[in-house]
Amino acid sequence: MRLRLPVGGLASILVLAACGGVGSDSGADEGSEGQIDGSITTLGFGGEDEIGMARVRAVEEAYADLDVKINSGAFDEQQFLNAVSSGNPPSLIYLPRSELGTYAARGALVPLTECIDQQSIDMGQYLDSAVAQVTYDDEVYGIPEFSSVRLLLANTDALQEAGLPADAVSVADWDQLAQSTRTLTQLGSAGIQRIGFDPKIPEFLPLWTAALGGQLVSEDGLTAQLDSPEAVQALEYTAGLVNDQGGWSEFKAFRDGWDFFGGQNQFVADQVGAFPMEDWYLDVLADVSPDAPVTALPFTDTTGVPLTYATGQAWAIPVGAGNTDAACAFAATMTSTDTWLAAAEASKADREKSGGEYLGTWTANEEADERILDEVYEPSGNAALDDAVQVVRSVQSVAVVDPPSPAAAEVKRAWEDASLRVLQGDQTAQEALTQAQEEAQTAIDEALR
Amino acid sequence: MSVRRSRVAYAFIAPWAVGFVFLTLGPILATLFLSLTDYDALPGAETSFIGLDNYRQAFSEGTPGTALLNTGFYALLYVPLSVVIGLSMALLLRRAGRATGLLRTVIYLPVVTPPVATGILFLLLLNGQEGLINAVLGWLHLPTPFWTTDPAWIKPGIVIMSLWSVGSVAIILFAALGDVPQTLLDAAQIDGAGPWSRLRHVILPMISPALFFIVITNTIASLQLFSEVYTMYFGAQTTNPPEAALFYVVHVFEEAFTFLHMGYASALSWLLFLVIAVVTAVQLAMSRKLVFYRGDA
Repeated sequence: MRLRLPVGGLASILVLAACGGVGSDSGADEGSEGQIDGSITTLGFGGEDEIGMARVRAVEEAYADLDVKINSGAFDEQQFLNAVSSGNPPSLIYLPRSELGTYAARGALVPLTECIDQQSIDMGQYLDSAVAQVTYDDEVYGIPEFSSVRLLLANTDALQEAGLPADAVSVADWDQLAQSTRTLTQLGSAGIQRIGFDPKIPEFLPLWTAALGGQLVSEDGLTAQLDSPEAVQALEYTAGLVNDQGGWSEFKAFRDGWDFFGGQNQFVADQVGAFPMEDWYLDVLADVSPDAPVTALPFTDTTGVPLTYATGQAWAIPVGAGNTDAACAFAATMTSTDTWLAAAEASKADREKSGGEYLGTWTANEEADERILDEVYEPSGNAALDDAVQVVRSVQSVAVVDPPSPAAAEVKRAWEDASLRVLQGDQTAQEALTQAQEEAQTAIDEALR
Repeated sequence: MSVRRSRVAYAFIAPWAVGFVFLTLGPILATLFLSLTDYDALPGAETSFIGLDNYRQAFSEGTPGTALLNTGFYALLYVPLSVVIGLSMALLLRRAGRATGLLRTVIYLPVVTPPVATGILFLLLLNGQEGLINAVLGWLHLPTPFWTTDPAWIKPGIVIMSLWSVGSVAIILFAALGDVPQTLLDAAQIDGAGPWSRLRHVILPMISPALFFIVITNTIASLQLFSEVYTMYFGAQTTNPPEAALFYVVHVFEEAFTFLHMGYASALSWLLFLVIAVVTAVQLAMSRKLVFYRGDA
């Protein structure tokens, strides 16, 4: 039996009481026909840094009659659901691309076909992997923003001390990597002193699976493939690496104790041999320990071909949002090549002012990335950081992503929980992923019902 | 009471009553209705009436049971410990002389720490390798568990974190101890009762209403624990949430706002309400034999 629920009114009362109002109706003005004016509100875009502020300025300069209200803070599902339940959705949401499919599948987002036509947005300027993530059932639902890729960071001092070359921690040869891990690991009476190689599971299981040619979910996001031979082998191998270094409880406790964002981080304190990591961490290292003994290498598949796992955000328009023309113009301007260039200039100036190194601005707009690297970025003279920038640049086009799934959060939770059960010794990889496969596929099927 | 005075009384009550009806009772009844639907809170999706399917799902799935067991284990450990430690602190406070006022403030200060800050603080303190708590245990030659990463020790670690705010229990019991008639204590002492005997046969019966209040409210709060655990293991800045830390309300929150199963989450909430009602009813029944009200004698 289908219902028209009277809960909107009640929810409105709750929302009035619980939040300050993020919706497009909160003082928003629809704008004139064919004109970009009135007001819009965004949810999920902090925009407090130079890159964010410079781009918002670009929108304000392009559309002087448009009033943009930015709600600070990251995308918050609770806040969003409260807003839409009360019939007062924001004009735009800024959310992880991996979550976009879930909202699109439930009919909560507006397809952007008309918006793309209206603003003449060239979708070809974006990375294919990013466009794939914002496309559900052949419709585009989001305009891609940043792109964050994974690469290997290795501790050169530790490698040197162990008499190993940098490629000893290459992930092309898993037997050699296991051997290098044993060599680099230091276990003492007080527990782990140095992790030889941290495979970063559960979170990087999709990357390890991709290294064997597999994928945790089908391209269309509708079929879970968590119990594929590639996923099972990847989990078995990476959990084995952790077990060889003291086991999960001790391993994670040691890792949680690192001064990750500080000057005594795990490279400076010699607490890790190597690990795969997001590219943004290079900026952290450049800020707090530019002379840390680090070298960056591309992650590869088992034949040695570079490979990475990318994540990022996207702009999307919720169903029921007001002033959609202006919202569309905002998203188009925020992600255009010229706007990214202005943002990169602002970021570079800001980092120079604070004495830091500018290592590029990595977006899902390929054309913008190329121009930023050619026109804005300048090598710092710090060979390790400069080489790292080139590694990040080289892997942008070989990224795998989580396909847009109608039950993205549940699928992710299924393989994360499975990984933990294996790491804790409760199940074998095959048992854990067989269970996870059933959980994930059930979630997808229910979301589509 | 005159009609006029009654009207004034109702006028004063009205703001609370209106707030209660619209902001508490209304949403509560709405969740009862939602629990019979597949509502997901999104505007594009249709909602269907599905009867008791959500309740059946809750009983057939393993996760709500696991979450309830985790929560129950925590409550069984935390509630008695909070009473014993709170009472010990209250008894010590009674002997603090002129420092009582200052110590009372110091003991209560942790209670005003925001739960999120408490969660983050205890993630650091409980770290198995670098944490201060294990440093102290190691210094005392005691076992040093991996409180935040070993599934067997995660819940005891959360209990330790919760005991951080045991000051509220101590303050309530300190006030109750002040109501124990000195004449009774003196009479017991003259009759040869030692400190332990006086505690067991005089003090505990006399403060049993306060103890009962603490047991009831702490049990309910334990079964609803959310903020600290969510911050420690499930928040945006954390990775790899362990199943051992999946408390019932955390599970409800995730079903509602992460997995978008608002109808199912409503059913889970009602089941928790029933569990709390049963536990409270049992405690009330037991209180008839165990709690001494002075007016009853």
